[in-house]
Amino acid sequence: MQITFVLNGRKVSEEIEPDMLLIDLVRRMGCYSVKRGCETSNCGLCTVFLDEKPVLSCSVLAVRVDGRTVTTLEGLQEEAEEFGAFIADQGAEQCGFCNPGFIMNALALFRENEFPSEEEIKEYLAGNLCRCSGYEGQLRGILAFLDWKKNKQQEKKPVQGEEKRKK
Amino acid sequence: MMTIREYRRVESLEEAWELNQKKPNRVIGGMLWLKMGHGRVGTAIDLSGLGLNQIEEKEDRFEIGAMVTLRDLELHAGLEAYTDGAVRESVRHIVGVQFRNLATVGGSIFGRFGFSDVLTMFLAMKTEVELYKGGIVPLETFAREGAGRDILVKVIVHKENADLCYQSVRNTKTDFPVLTCATAREEDGSYRIAIGARPARAVLMSVSAQFVEELQKQNADLAQAISEKVRAEIVTDSNLRGSAQYRRHLAGVLVRRAVERLE
Repeated sequence: MQITFVLNGRKVSEEIEPDMLLIDLVRRMGCYSVKRGCETSNCGLCTVFLDEKPVLSCSVLAVRVDGRTVTTLEGLQEEAEEFGAFIADQGAEQCGFCNPGFIMNALALFRENEFPSEEEIKEYLAGNLCRCSGYEGQLRGILAFLDWKKNKQQEKKPVQGEEKRKK
Repeated sequence: MMTIREYRRVESLEEAWELNQKKPNRVIGGMLWLKMGHGRVGTAIDLSGLGLNQIEEKEDRFEIGAMVTLRDLELHAGLEAYTDGAVRESVRHIVGVQFRNLATVGGSIFGRFGFSDVLTMFLAMKTEVELYKGGIVPLETFAREGAGRDILVKVIVHKENADLCYQSVRNTKTDFPVLTCATAREEDGSYRIAIGARPARAVLMSVSAQFVEELQKQNADLAQAISEKVRAEIVTDSNLRGSAQYRRHLAGVLVRRAVERLE
């Protein structure tokens, strides 16, 4: 059967089987950031955005994305690099296999909640498993990224009274 | 994984029902549990196009379409306010956000799974299910008897003057629960207590207003008395997550905490 959808900003049409999973389709189309981990819908490695919401591509029938929008890490290079650098700075990963799914879900969190608390971070990312680390490095990386983002925003804000003086 | 011969995005409930009368055909919800099987599905029946992904809040009830996701439940302001956070608490420990963006209310309820937090939560509320052919049925009846090859259309939660509380015990985050407990204290002082993951399917237990009144007259410890009553009556079993005795003990502890919180 033929489906048409938007993959990373590009409209595509593909011939698929009725029981093909989205993970297999996007990998066939070159999106190798999407990893197969647990096969039991538990690990979060295969996270993609479906109409802007994070979902497990290992549990979505490819036919269900017909007419919809799918985004993988390949479509979020800039955002991912900016945030991923903070994770790397903490040496947060060992094998790195969980990283693409983890970054996808972290980006989904920041879109929903720009400055989440530590508890909110832990709750949102509970479905992303990492078997190498104890999650502490990732948490430090996220907190460092949020600090940096907050400072960046404050730097952009004009100092009190500055706007009036400019006028 | 299971195989699917054909996929059909149905255009009406009648079409879904007709297709579902053939044994190899299956209605697919979020597909999270279904895909773990190894069976052969003839036609996968997808209800996504029927507008069943809405939560409608009316003056006296919530109508929750079968294709509403668990994440939709979690984020719904009306349910959050009505249940004082109990509905959110009942789903927020289920795997992760990505999972809850797929798993549907219909799939969780229709499956009548023993481990279901969702079934436990809805049992404690005044809930009915709407079946395409079977009409409106109390959730307690549906949980006991199922609905064969009918189609679950929506879940209806009637608003009442009740306070709600949800608790679960898990050996580790995101795992199936060892025990679930949803408690409703009604306006007249009576209690509705649903206990799930026993590990069998959730059951509903009632504590009458008269029983509560008697205890209060005697100045007895209400939480302790209700906890002992539940512990004596609940039927539990053992599996790798916990023994029957442990579950029975947990049931007493969770009910005691719930009553203390709601009184």
